[in-house]
Amino acid sequence: MANVSASAPAATPAERTFLSRLISGFTGRLLILVPYAWLLFFFLIPFVIVFKISLSQSAISMPPYAPAIDFSEGISGLWAALRELSLDNYLWLTEDPLYFNAYISSVVIAGISTLLTLLVGYPIAYGMARAPASLRPTLLMLVILPFWTSFLIRVYAWIGILKPEGLLNQFLMGIGVISTPLVIMNTYTAIFIGIVYSYLPFMVLPLYSSLEKMDNSLIEAAQDLGCPPISAFWKITFPLSLPGVIAGCLLVFIPAVGEFVIPDLLGGSQTLMIGRTLWNEFFANRDWPVASAVAIILLLVLVIPIVLFQHAQARAQEQDR
Amino acid sequence: MKSLGSIRRDFAPWSDPQAKPYIRFENVTKRFGDFTAVNNLSLSIFEREFFALLGASGCGKSTLLRMLAGFEEPTSGKILLDGQDLRGIPPYRRPVNMMFQSYALFPHMSVEKNIAFGLKQEGMPKTDIDRRVAEMLKLVKLERFASRKPHQLSGGQRQRVALARSVAKRPKVLLLDEPLGALDKKLREETQFELMDLQQELGLTFVVVTHDQEEAMTMADRIAIMDKGEVMQVATPAEIYEAPNSRFVAGFVGNVNLFEGSVAERTENTARITGGSGAQILVENAGEAAIGNDVAFAIRPEKIRISSRKPQDAVNALEGEVYDIAYLGDMTVYYVKLDDGQIVRASMLNAARIVDDPLTWSDRAWISFRPDAGVVLTR
Amino acid sequence: MNATWSRFNIVSIVLGFAFLYLPIVLLVVFSFNASRLVTVWGGFSTQWYAALFRNQGLMDAAWVTIRVALVSASAATVLGTMAALVLTRYTRFRGRVLFTGMVFAPLVMPEVITGLSLLLLFVAVGLDRGFLTVTLAHITFSMCFVAVVVQSRLISFDRSLEEAAMDLGAPPVKTFFQITLPVIAPAIISGWMLAFTLSLDDLVIASFASGPGATTLPMKIYSQVRLGVTPEINAACTILIGIVSLGVIAAAIVNKRREVQRRRDEQAAMRLD
Repeated sequence: MANVSASAPAATPAERTFLSRLISGFTGRLLILVPYAWLLFFFLIPFVIVFKISLSQSAISMPPYAPAIDFSEGISGLWAALRELSLDNYLWLTEDPLYFNAYISSVVIAGISTLLTLLVGYPIAYGMARAPASLRPTLLMLVILPFWTSFLIRVYAWIGILKPEGLLNQFLMGIGVISTPLVIMNTYTAIFIGIVYSYLPFMVLPLYSSLEKMDNSLIEAAQDLGCPPISAFWKITFPLSLPGVIAGCLLVFIPAVGEFVIPDLLGGSQTLMIGRTLWNEFFANRDWPVASAVAIILLLVLVIPIVLFQHAQARAQEQDR
Repeated sequence: MKSLGSIRRDFAPWSDPQAKPYIRFENVTKRFGDFTAVNNLSLSIFEREFFALLGASGCGKSTLLRMLAGFEEPTSGKILLDGQDLRGIPPYRRPVNMMFQSYALFPHMSVEKNIAFGLKQEGMPKTDIDRRVAEMLKLVKLERFASRKPHQLSGGQRQRVALARSVAKRPKVLLLDEPLGALDKKLREETQFELMDLQQELGLTFVVVTHDQEEAMTMADRIAIMDKGEVMQVATPAEIYEAPNSRFVAGFVGNVNLFEGSVAERTENTARITGGSGAQILVENAGEAAIGNDVAFAIRPEKIRISSRKPQDAVNALEGEVYDIAYLGDMTVYYVKLDDGQIVRASMLNAARIVDDPLTWSDRAWISFRPDAGVVLTR
Repeated sequence: MNATWSRFNIVSIVLGFAFLYLPIVLLVVFSFNASRLVTVWGGFSTQWYAALFRNQGLMDAAWVTIRVALVSASAATVLGTMAALVLTRYTRFRGRVLFTGMVFAPLVMPEVITGLSLLLLFVAVGLDRGFLTVTLAHITFSMCFVAVVVQSRLISFDRSLEEAAMDLGAPPVKTFFQITLPVIAPAIISGWMLAFTLSLDDLVIASFASGPGATTLPMKIYSQVRLGVTPEINAACTILIGIVSLGVIAAAIVNKRREVQRRRDEQAAMRLD
């Protein structure tokens, strides 16, 4: 405002409010416009394109699909292109059981992994929430730290451990638990281990934050009223941590369904997950329209949990306010 | 409730040497690391007593309560309830219930479910539970709110749910941790009497922790004043106020003037105390104080008279100057600076609307008091 | 409540952290292995680090990755902070629901979809794939993470600070730069760090969005990992882990110091009363 009043020293209060409104209105609109436009262009429009290409035909050209919209022909070109769109790729997805199986198996694998992550993560989050207050920030940092190290590296680290001549088998055979190496590498078990390991922080953090803010006197009250500790956990602690459980499960489940690196590096060629199918369709088969159709269906599969997630997020925010 | 007064008047098991204490702390010490929260404390509480633990925060009163409830174990010493040693008994098997300072209402359960929670743990049949819950809701006048969740209730209503929940199991002892701390002043005063009526009606033993002396004085049969993990005095509210046993207790409860000095003369009941500046006062209730002892004479402000001329008949009269005046409506508090520099607080009830001889700032004034108006403190 | 920190809690934490850290520790240990066999210990050696620095391909990829990460993190921080301000301050404007959705969706969107859709966009507009496209892609998904981090700080921001500044005569834009920005600066910095590491780590989106000449380090590592585990890759991973851990731990220590100092100052100030 200083500049404005300097150039117009005689501005009346009414003028000044008008000017400042104009300026704040303009900056406000700019503030909204820039990130909005960016996300529209780099996030929403790409999906429209994916959708459009999923209705196109594969072609041996660059780009490898037809029809490519020719903007030089104007509206008529667009119309001509539109008429050539078809649902063939989606029909193809339903005809080939490979895709259907890949979707089902992805959801099942992600579901099982999510439950395993919950089982592993809950005791950790619970222990952290009950730790002395002075220790909690350090524990929290230790949970977050692996998240900062590369996902790829963390998955890679398991290859050396899980493979037949790997460290786990060496260790187990060394102490005499097993005599022949366990086959873990390139199985679904390896995928479970990889997902639980990689996504554990996503589970622990929301669980921790819901457990940590819980009032300890609630547990004491339950015990005071005759409830033994384990039963108090199931009647009080667990129900009250449900928002954290839901948030954690969605944070693990949603990305796990579309996971690519873990099944590719740990699951081997025998295991089936939709993220890999999409990758192969795109890079190996170079069938962009089918890959796009796979992506659209995957998105539809995930819409429900994503909407649930947003809903939970909005509710958590409202509670915070 | 007509008979309540007479019951309360006759109720004094602590002065009966035959009476057996119901709760007994024997040389109880509790340490948290280096910090001693409760230090070698012994205390008896009787059946049906309304007992208050009064002290500033950090004095160990809450720790004492939590040891009784079973959330903490004493580092050493014993706690007996009805003759039974409580050591090693977990909170969920103790016949005591607690009303928490934060109320600790389960946020995911309705009022009804909260009250029924303890009864379900006992395995009480469902019809009995329903009957008991209805009874409790009626007792705390919350029948209409049975299916509400805690966050849909006002502060006072929550307090009553917490109360109903903690008495629903008919515990032998009810522990109350700052039960009225979260209520506003007006509601607090109403609830004090409700709590007292409830205690009489149910015939329970109440142990209440509070930092509010007015609350303790109003409700309790006896009060234990605590400081730094130790009990300073256990007595009825009147005794605590009129006959404190130490400078700490005298200063902690109500306002007090302390005249420091040493005992110059001593008869069986009276003592003559000489102050630092040579002023002398003659007092009764000298207790154990012997000649040469350093003592304090403690006297409450309302027991000091103030006048502009020297009173003729007064045994003790000291001269000074009006230093400050606080008009409070029902009474006026005068701060008189004596000639030796001590400031004395004297309060006058404003019984008449207009005072003939008003004292004002910087006036010369005399304060006077009877020899039996205060007590001599050696501690 | 030390009493409630039972043996069960301690055991579960110890086991949990062992699970989280053992694989990383083993990876680091075996990067100093003299043997070519990654899982058999053959004595201590730093030869793989030396080999790493002679590997021109890896070095080039590392350089590309760092440039992409620096540029994209900085741009994402600006855009993400703007988005966070919009989310917290402008509760009513047309298309707010869509905007909120677009900010939160990339957080949970499978990377394969994000990567594919961005690639198809670049093809459609005729942008040659390379450094620029990877950077644009990284800006897009990491700005959403920055937005969430900054937004959570803005929610707890005491708006009376801004009102006080305006009451004292500062216009809105000045108020933002002199009051709001300094207060939320720690969140913006951690947002930048998050964006930087996200870009450093990303494999899937980069694989879609990049073209010849813009191979990032994760892409390089991935292509070698598919051929098998090698001590050289262990060494590269160790260096990356080292850099990131040092950065995070240093940030944590600086924060902690500041916190301790502040508490000490407050106590000292109390004593002045």
